[in-house]
Amino acid sequence: MDMTVTASQALRADLSAAIERTNKRARSSAFWMAMPLVAFLTVFFVLPIGDILWRSVYNPTLSEVLPHTTNALVSWNGRGNPPIRAYNALPQDLINAQSKDILGKAVTRLNIEMPGFRSMLIKAARSADQLSAPYAPAFGALDSRWGSRETWVKFKNAAEVYTLGFYLAALDLERNVDGQIIQKPQEDSIYVTLFLRTFVIAGLVTVLCLFIGYPLAFMMANTTPFWRNSMMVLVLLPFWTSVIVRTTAWIVLLQREGVVNDLAVASPFFAETERMDLIHNMTGTLIAMTHILLPFMILPIYSVMIAIPPHYVRAARSLGASAPGAFWQVYLPLSMPGVGAGVLLVFILAAGFYITPALVGGDSGQMIGNFISFHMNETLNWGLAAALSGLLLAGVLIMYFIFIRTIGLDRMRVA
Amino acid sequence: MSIAEATKPRPRKAFDLGSAGTIAFRAYCLLVLAFLIAPLLVIVPLSFNAEPYFTFTQSMLQLDPTGWSYRWYEELRNNPQWLESVKNSFIVAVFSTLIATVLGTFAAIGLTRPNMPYRGLIMALALSPMIVPVIIVAAGMSFVYGGWGLKQTHLGLILAHATLGIPFVVVTMTATLSTFDRRLSQAAQGLGATPIQSFFEVTFPLIMPGLAAGALFAFATSFDELVTVLFLGGPDQVTIPRQMWSGIREQISPAILAAATLLICVAATLLILVQLAQNQQKSYGGMKS
Repeated sequence: MDMTVTASQALRADLSAAIERTNKRARSSAFWMAMPLVAFLTVFFVLPIGDILWRSVYNPTLSEVLPHTTNALVSWNGRGNPPIRAYNALPQDLINAQSKDILGKAVTRLNIEMPGFRSMLIKAARSADQLSAPYAPAFGALDSRWGSRETWVKFKNAAEVYTLGFYLAALDLERNVDGQIIQKPQEDSIYVTLFLRTFVIAGLVTVLCLFIGYPLAFMMANTTPFWRNSMMVLVLLPFWTSVIVRTTAWIVLLQREGVVNDLAVASPFFAETERMDLIHNMTGTLIAMTHILLPFMILPIYSVMIAIPPHYVRAARSLGASAPGAFWQVYLPLSMPGVGAGVLLVFILAAGFYITPALVGGDSGQMIGNFISFHMNETLNWGLAAALSGLLLAGVLIMYFIFIRTIGLDRMRVA
Repeated sequence: MSIAEATKPRPRKAFDLGSAGTIAFRAYCLLVLAFLIAPLLVIVPLSFNAEPYFTFTQSMLQLDPTGWSYRWYEELRNNPQWLESVKNSFIVAVFSTLIATVLGTFAAIGLTRPNMPYRGLIMALALSPMIVPVIIVAAGMSFVYGGWGLKQTHLGLILAHATLGIPFVVVTMTATLSTFDRRLSQAAQGLGATPIQSFFEVTFPLIMPGLAAGALFAFATSFDELVTVLFLGGPDQVTIPRQMWSGIREQISPAILAAATLLICVAATLLILVQLAQNQQKSYGGMKS
């Protein structure tokens, strides 16, 4: 008796151990299937994003190029006279940096902090080997600005290895001579406006796509298969067509000598002198972006609508709801997951646009993406480009998490 | 009319807008469709313009044969820069598609297993290239890939485009695999097939159409991509979109419209292939409906 009990217990323990082993093996085999992708994306996708975010706060240029001067400023609290040690260290730093041919990096960095630094530093570097002690008056003789506290405070700010200075700049803020954070003067404040404009453009494009796309999605979901398929082709063909092709098409259509203006002038309503400026401004950006993103609104809404059982609405009607009432109280709420997916997808994609505004945006249609590119490739203010990226990414991620919280990832359909 | 016939429930339209409302609604939808397709319809005829203009000339509108020509297509064919860009586009797209498809498919197989650990996290990672603005990724890549000596190389672009194509493969393949009846591969193994045999002889043929659709998405993504090309590519990595970009900004010529027309043909081809693959998938047995 005892023996059978122990035997069956042992058997049961064996079995559950075997099941546990199998489950474990299945779990780890599933995990290893996904590992190559995780590793690939981590190295070639996440790492670059990490790098750009790191650059928005990490800024070793000055401490590498002019190490002794930077060091001499560490103990200075920014009050009173600039430290003599810094003046003493600068000539040798300049000579070393020139011989290693890396002075340009420091010049760029300092000029970002204070316009005018470029000429001061280059002049000082040229005569660095002729300067002699005492150095403070010697530098003052080259350029009176070397004697001012402000110059050295800016130098110290630029020399901070870990800095929030780029984020301040990206929010139109700066530190004054006394280290307080203040608003930049009106004429230098562009980025807050730019962020607002980016989100306004993204919002407008989203609303336009919704009002243009929702009725068409409704039509597609509630018509015969023949018409549904025909309309689907007209939605999918632009969707599959390259963004640059569609942008080119809008340039051809909207420019002053373009097709739309030609048609307008040929009509009795517009004179030859009344050709409209439809492109190289915000209007052009809005039209082209709405066109490019419209399928991203139509497809999720349609895929939800096609799954709404028609008898729900019929039931509402037979219970006495009017057609608008049935739409507002039954159909629209049922289609909301599609609307939510479309709205957030379009908004997120629109906020990061770069190519289209660059080609058709003119001055008033430029977005954050264009300024990231501008600072990356033209001004070489990589820290600022990185901080702008960081803020844009934060905005997009907030939207993304709202998106997966409210709609769920598996509801998303690509086509 | 018999009583049975009269009382038979007839399908009723859920929304009746009245005849005026119906006409207005249809007209609105027609306008939307026109908006969607108009840019493509303008590009194609203008690419046959005999004059170097971006608008319809009188002779074009009168269907005068002298107003139309193939000259911009000839120009494309005889221009080594354009030919080079076509070659580059195909090289980058083919290899990045290969990487994205292989990695994405295996990950999707893992992700659709019932006992996948960290599923939400891995899914979010796999889909993130679709969400993060490409301009940020491209800026980061230009530093990191630059440090690895991958800037201004084909390999750098291939890797960059592979990351951007992965979400499309993962989305398509998880959708396909979630409708795949796993009992089929289990049956195959129960009948003596090894796991590898059952994968290649049972699973793979059944998921092949979904795989093709995912690969075509990845291909289109790479073929279309311009931002990473601008940040990573050098003079030897000029792709078709890159060539069009400089064409629009520098020497504007209707040759761009000819190239655009060819790209529209590529898009139409990809669209048809994806639809074929999806129809094929639907018609298969062994898939849960």
